[in-house]
Amino acid sequence: MKDIKVTIVDRHGVKHKVDAPTDMNMNLMEIVRSYELAPEGTIGICGGMAMCASCQCYVESPHQLPEMSYDEDLMLSEAFNVKENSRLSCQIFIKEELDGLEVELAPEV
Amino acid sequence: MIKTDILIIGAGPTGLFAVFEAGLLKLKCHLIDALPQAGGQCTEIYPKKPIYDIPGFPEILAGDLVNNLMKQIEPFQPGFTLGERANTIEKLEDGTFVVTTDKGTKHHAPIVAIAGGLGSFEPRKPPITNLSDFEDKGVEYIIRNPEIYRDKNVVISGGGDSALDWSIFLTDVAKSVTLVHRRNEFRGALDSVEKVQELKNLGKIELITPAEVIGLVGNNGLEEVVIKQGDEVFNRECDHFIPLFGLSPKLGPIADWGLEIEKNAIKVNNALDYQTNIPGIYAIGDVNTYPGKLKLILCGFHEATLMCQSAYQRIFPDKRYVMKYTTVGGVEGFDGSKKEAPKAVIKSID
Ligand SMILES: Cc1cc2nc3c(=O)[nH]c(=O)nc-3n(C[C@H](O)[C@H](O)[C@H](O)COP(=O)(O)OP(=O)(O)OC[C@H]3O[C@@H](n4cnc5c(N)ncnc54)[C@H](O)[C@@H]3O)c2cc1C
Ligand code: FES
Repeated sequence: MKDIKVTIVDRHGVKHKVDAPTDMNMNLMEIVRSYELAPEGTIGICGGMAMCASCQCYVESPHQLPEMSYDEDLMLSEAFNVKENSRLSCQIFIKEELDGLEVELAPEV
Repeated sequence: MIKTDILIIGAGPTGLFAVFEAGLLKLKCHLIDALPQAGGQCTEIYPKKPIYDIPGFPEILAGDLVNNLMKQIEPFQPGFTLGERANTIEKLEDGTFVVTTDKGTKHHAPIVAIAGGLGSFEPRKPPITNLSDFEDKGVEYIIRNPEIYRDKNVVISGGGDSALDWSIFLTDVAKSVTLVHRRNEFRGALDSVEKVQELKNLGKIELITPAEVIGLVGNNGLEEVVIKQGDEVFNRECDHFIPLFGLSPKLGPIADWGLEIEKNAIKVNNALDYQTNIPGIYAIGDVNTYPGKLKLILCGFHEATLMCQSAYQRIFPDKRYVMKYTTVGGVEGFDGSKKEAPKAVIKSID
């Protein structure tokens, strides 16, 4: 198992290319939190249960992501600033296939 | 003016347990919370989820934990100011504090313990440009008094439990209820979804889906909402627009109280007693930060316990106090109740 590279554009438009471990069962929201790319209390409020949408991101690279669960789909139907490429980053688990993934954090609401 | 020994801001698990620890020291507590009910994140975000890391409870629902905490503190008769946000704090000459809420309720205490968690829960507002112009002039995010909707035309938007529940409730009060949601599917409890379907069939709720409210129109108050459904955009006459998209916590006014803040949390003295940079103001639970901080319920309980011991010493600098185990000292409530371990019976044998 190895680390993969993920590019995250924060809410100020700054690009961060970070290493994400594939062997710790981490999701993308937790990666954003561990690198402190968004202030505490503004991301991951529901702890990653697809219940708050504070972790919404826009997927900019053509990676094949796992299909949306019913919960993720419904949460996004209530979230703001939703686009075609919106996903909840807490539902994206770090796997080798995601090497090179590029996402942008959706604005805070 | 409400007077107490320890004024606790935030009625989450940390604030609630602080009442118990203060009670053992014969200190009275009063709690303020922006939410209409106690329990903080446990009741607002995940009441039906099991928690597995509360010592002594292999598994307990977050809602049940809060119910148990409420029962545990009952003998200490805490006061509650619920549904109000602590807005300002003033230090009086004698070193005591006055905390005023957004509704103007004043509280006076020698000790203030901030147990504000992630902050007070504020409504999530949809991105409609002139939304704030209509706040309290037809736009409400929280329904406080359903009577104001009597015989009015009401548009609700959202797809969760509150949007469904209030749509159902208001059919008996309002002249008309329109529910606008971006999808045909709803995120609420199945029976609420079915009830809305039934009321729609009866013509009591108008359902507009998949659609979104994108604009508001009116001169001195709300007159119409602009709805976008697919490629079609149309106006709908209404007196009230109620966007119900859940709540999101914001540190809010506490951030302006002159406390040292780091990463959206209040810096405290961890090695000693969780006091902030302002003597007499403590911060406990999720709202504080110190090296190695973990945002866990059990950490909040621990911090609340140490804070109360320190608060006692601040209030009674000349009194000496030795911590007693509840198994030995029992629990003596302010309501006259007393719990103590049964004493061993000594009987002589002839
Ligand atoms: C989905 C989820 C799952 C979790 N699971 C666990 C778990 O398994 N184990 C665990 O230990 N922890 C868990 N947590 C974390 C746990 O819920 C928190 O650590 C705990 O709630 C913190 O308690 P608190 O009392 O410090 O703050 P909170 O629960 O956040 O309560 C703070 C209260 O203060 C109020 N408030 C804030 N500012 C003001 C103001 N200015 N005026 C009035 N009121 C104000 C708020 O309205 C709120 O009610 C979980 C959290 C979430 C979201
Ligand atoms: S953290 Fe709440 S939805 Fe992802």
